[in-house]
Amino acid sequence: MPLPFGIRKALSTACAIFALGAVAACTPAPPGGGLDDPYEATNRDVHEFNKSLDRAVLRPLGQVAAATPREFTGPVSNFADNTGLPGMVLNGMLQGDIGGAATNTMRFLLNTTIGVGGLLDPAGGIGLYEESTDFGETLAVWGVQEGAFIELPVLGPSTERDAAGQIVDFVLDPLARVGTRPQIEYGLAARGARIVIDRGQFMQTVDGLLYDSADSYSQARSAYLQNRRFDLGEAPPVEETVIDPFALDLEGFE
Amino acid sequence: MMRLSRRQFTALGLAATVATAVPVPAFALTGAQAQALVDRAVADINAIISSGGTEAQMVRQFKDVFDDYAHTAAIAASALGVAGRSASNAQRSAFVDAFGLYLANKYGRRFREFEGGEIIVQRTVPVNNYMEVQTIADLPGQAPFRVDFHVYDRPGRPVFFNLIVEGVNLLVSERQEIGAMLDQRGGNLDRLIADLRAMG
Repeated sequence: MPLPFGIRKALSTACAIFALGAVAACTPAPPGGGLDDPYEATNRDVHEFNKSLDRAVLRPLGQVAAATPREFTGPVSNFADNTGLPGMVLNGMLQGDIGGAATNTMRFLLNTTIGVGGLLDPAGGIGLYEESTDFGETLAVWGVQEGAFIELPVLGPSTERDAAGQIVDFVLDPLARVGTRPQIEYGLAARGARIVIDRGQFMQTVDGLLYDSADSYSQARSAYLQNRRFDLGEAPPVEETVIDPFALDLEGFE
Repeated sequence: MMRLSRRQFTALGLAATVATAVPVPAFALTGAQAQALVDRAVADINAIISSGGTEAQMVRQFKDVFDDYAHTAAIAASALGVAGRSASNAQRSAFVDAFGLYLANKYGRRFREFEGGEIIVQRTVPVNNYMEVQTIADLPGQAPFRVDFHVYDRPGRPVFFNLIVEGVNLLVSERQEIGAMLDQRGGNLDRLIADLRAMG
């Protein structure tokens, strides 16, 4: 049941202001794209909580999803992805990325119509792929600093900037205005299911990272920051990304 | 197939400009050789995945692929980092061996997630003193994502020494992981070597 417009708008505005306030309080990024983790102790506690949640809920569900034929999981993933596109179009426009916004608009229109309400992905078939973006990226484009690393309960690794972005994306999702009835009603459920399906598809990688590594918190933090900065076109988080392969001393190693 | 965002594209363009503007040692390795290496490695990996062998068989085959196509000695030296400085040559060579098994086991299992997908080479760009072979991994049910292979010919033949999946750098991840494992064992390298061997 969608919220009445007035309440929704008031909530949106309040949250947007809260989010911007939170961002303004972001700690400045360390020079040279280093690591900023002043909340490490709390983050590690949250990480352990998230791991126990994964063990109890997400991983078992992911195993079920992995054993389910793609004929069933594929349409759910497509539907979920498609409901995220209006928000990406909005963010693209806020970033001045007209090309990305146009691609995502075309994708949304094609998949919602020819793609049977978004269950199929004919747009991908003609090379029209999602230009993935979110409000965290919009904030980055607007010059907001990344802030400290934080691990959010349930949602996982993030930064101060990205966490604020997640709140804004959730509250200001234009799907309620432009989506079809099934998209508005089942969009959130489908996005939840998509998380389960992805957990199933990348079972080995996620298990390896969470349960086989010596320090899963550091590995998750590092992977998140590297990937996020890659997506946003920012400097990689660790200086070692420019390891000079010719400068390594290999005496005794070969 | 191009799906770089404008910003990524600019960054790449800049990297390419820097690479051509800064005088670098003449490349013994050509872009075509680097690309051919990745093509062969990808073909071998795909063949192993579709062979339907047991996990243990696959891990052994992946170890062979790593031995053939990757510079395991350099990846191992980088992962060990400063801890390698005080190691004896015997420890270093034992570490490389154990580390190779560990890598094949870890990444071999992950490669199985590529089943039904394909890796398409996009282009090869010279970066500093190596070649970056940029590829797109297209997996069923997923938006295509970037996988880059860093290739050089330091051991006298083309080999890759780093793998970057959507910005996540193997050398960085492994230096951190091996460092954490060593810490857990009170800095005892021999124990780490024995445990890596047992994991492989």
